[in-house]
Amino acid sequence: MTDLSRRKLIIGGLAATAGVAGLGVATRIAQKYGLVPPDHGGLYGVGETLTYASQRLLIRHSLAREFSRSQISKRPFPNEMPPLTDAFKRLQAAGFTDWRVTVDGMVDHRSSFSLAQLKSYPYRSQITQLACEEGWSYIAEWIGVPLSHVLDVVGVQPQARYVVYFSIDPDWWESIDMADAMHPQTFLAYGMNGSDLPVGNGGPLRLRLPRQLGYKSVKFITHLTVTDNLKKFGAGLGSAAPEGGYAWYAGI
Amino acid sequence: MARMESAHVPLPACVPTSASAVATTTATPRHSTLVRVTHWITTLCFFALLISGFEIVISHPRFYWGETGNVLTQPLFQLPIPSSRNLVQTGYGYVLPDQNGWSRYLHFQAAWVAVFTGLLYVIAMAFSGHLRKDLLPHKADLSWRSCSTTIANHLRFARPSEEEAWSYNLLQRLSYLFVIFVLFPLVIWSGLAMSLAFVSAFPLTVTLLGGEQSARTIHFFVSLFLLLFVLVHVVMIFLAGFRNRMRAMITGRAITTQTITGESAAYKEERI
Repeated sequence: MTDLSRRKLIIGGLAATAGVAGLGVATRIAQKYGLVPPDHGGLYGVGETLTYASQRLLIRHSLAREFSRSQISKRPFPNEMPPLTDAFKRLQAAGFTDWRVTVDGMVDHRSSFSLAQLKSYPYRSQITQLACEEGWSYIAEWIGVPLSHVLDVVGVQPQARYVVYFSIDPDWWESIDMADAMHPQTFLAYGMNGSDLPVGNGGPLRLRLPRQLGYKSVKFITHLTVTDNLKKFGAGLGSAAPEGGYAWYAGI
Repeated sequence: MARMESAHVPLPACVPTSASAVATTTATPRHSTLVRVTHWITTLCFFALLISGFEIVISHPRFYWGETGNVLTQPLFQLPIPSSRNLVQTGYGYVLPDQNGWSRYLHFQAAWVAVFTGLLYVIAMAFSGHLRKDLLPHKADLSWRSCSTTIANHLRFARPSEEEAWSYNLLQRLSYLFVIFVLFPLVIWSGLAMSLAFVSAFPLTVTLLGGEQSARTIHFFVSLFLLLFVLVHVVMIFLAGFRNRMRAMITGRAITTQTITGESAAYKEERI
């Protein structure tokens, strides 16, 4: 009996040690290859890291599903909006001609773009689904300039790892890794279903990220920052979502 | 009622009533360590997934079929419950607090643990003989006569016989196999089919289910089936003798009473 329990104890101890050591090595490797999300601390860090890392390794640069024109939702659902500020209303009254997006951080040329400038770049369109974490969804044609094109114009420095993007609503800002930022379907979208992007759907400018849930597709974009460290922003969890209790990575 | 006493009487509860019967109790191995550990981890995960899943559902208690669905489209059905968002017209005059943040974190973490545990269980069961010995139906049990007896006993809430208490009967085997090889894979599949990133790499995951909203609806119903299984499972444990069944799943050993004589008489008497 004592022999058996001693053997069990030794085997158990060895397994536990190997497990902890293995976990340590795995964490190192994951950090090196950018597989650890900024909200990895806390109770749910293990699950979040597993989800983010496995999806990054498994999914890589695959394209979000695109749909046929006939599958476009008859009425693209405008979700509840943050209260629009006076500044927004003034810009809206002027037809958004003064709307500007500044791009700064780890870029060669800090720049500021008007909507007209963005529209002068080669545009792309995608018929993709917008799905909310609540469970509802709709399909629309999104028209805009790929974010990668804008990033190429300003020149991203090699040490850059994330793009942080801000809404005119100060409580809504998000960030994505460079894999998502350079993804061909990540748009600065200014049009929907053949016309200007309605304010209810994020007009005049929305960052469209079809491989993640709707809350990562921030509405009313005014500012982009390229960075190598998310700790400097807000509470250091990567974006506003984890500060409100939601996951930073929303691919699932 | 004899059945009420069963919670206190070790299984099989053939308490001899005639003086001629002699009973001996022994603790005999019932469940392996691996079965017990994976059983309780899965139990924990199930309740974490159930609670967090319910919290996620109440943020939009409407279900659809096809690729898309929202409050502007016709639902397949709507659950008659209040919602945690003001988007959905529920008929209730209040909105529940939003719990989606931690619910989603917990849901995926518990899903990871459940998947790893399930894999460990399935791989181990294939090698240990657990699958063949305890879960795959015996040829003899599949005969019509045997099937109907098992089903009839089940419907009459008959206590398991001595040999049945040692192993799983046909209905148990089939329901465990169904949960392990049909419901669990289906709930994981339909869950993954809702992941925008996952289906970008593996689009068939969602198209085979008829679309993202169909996957969500399927996920909901499979979860209900799993809940139904757990409820029946727990009821059966109470009927079969709660203490001894729990003892077996915690310590690995069940107390068995062997009666030398008068068994059938006692058994009959108890059922009356």
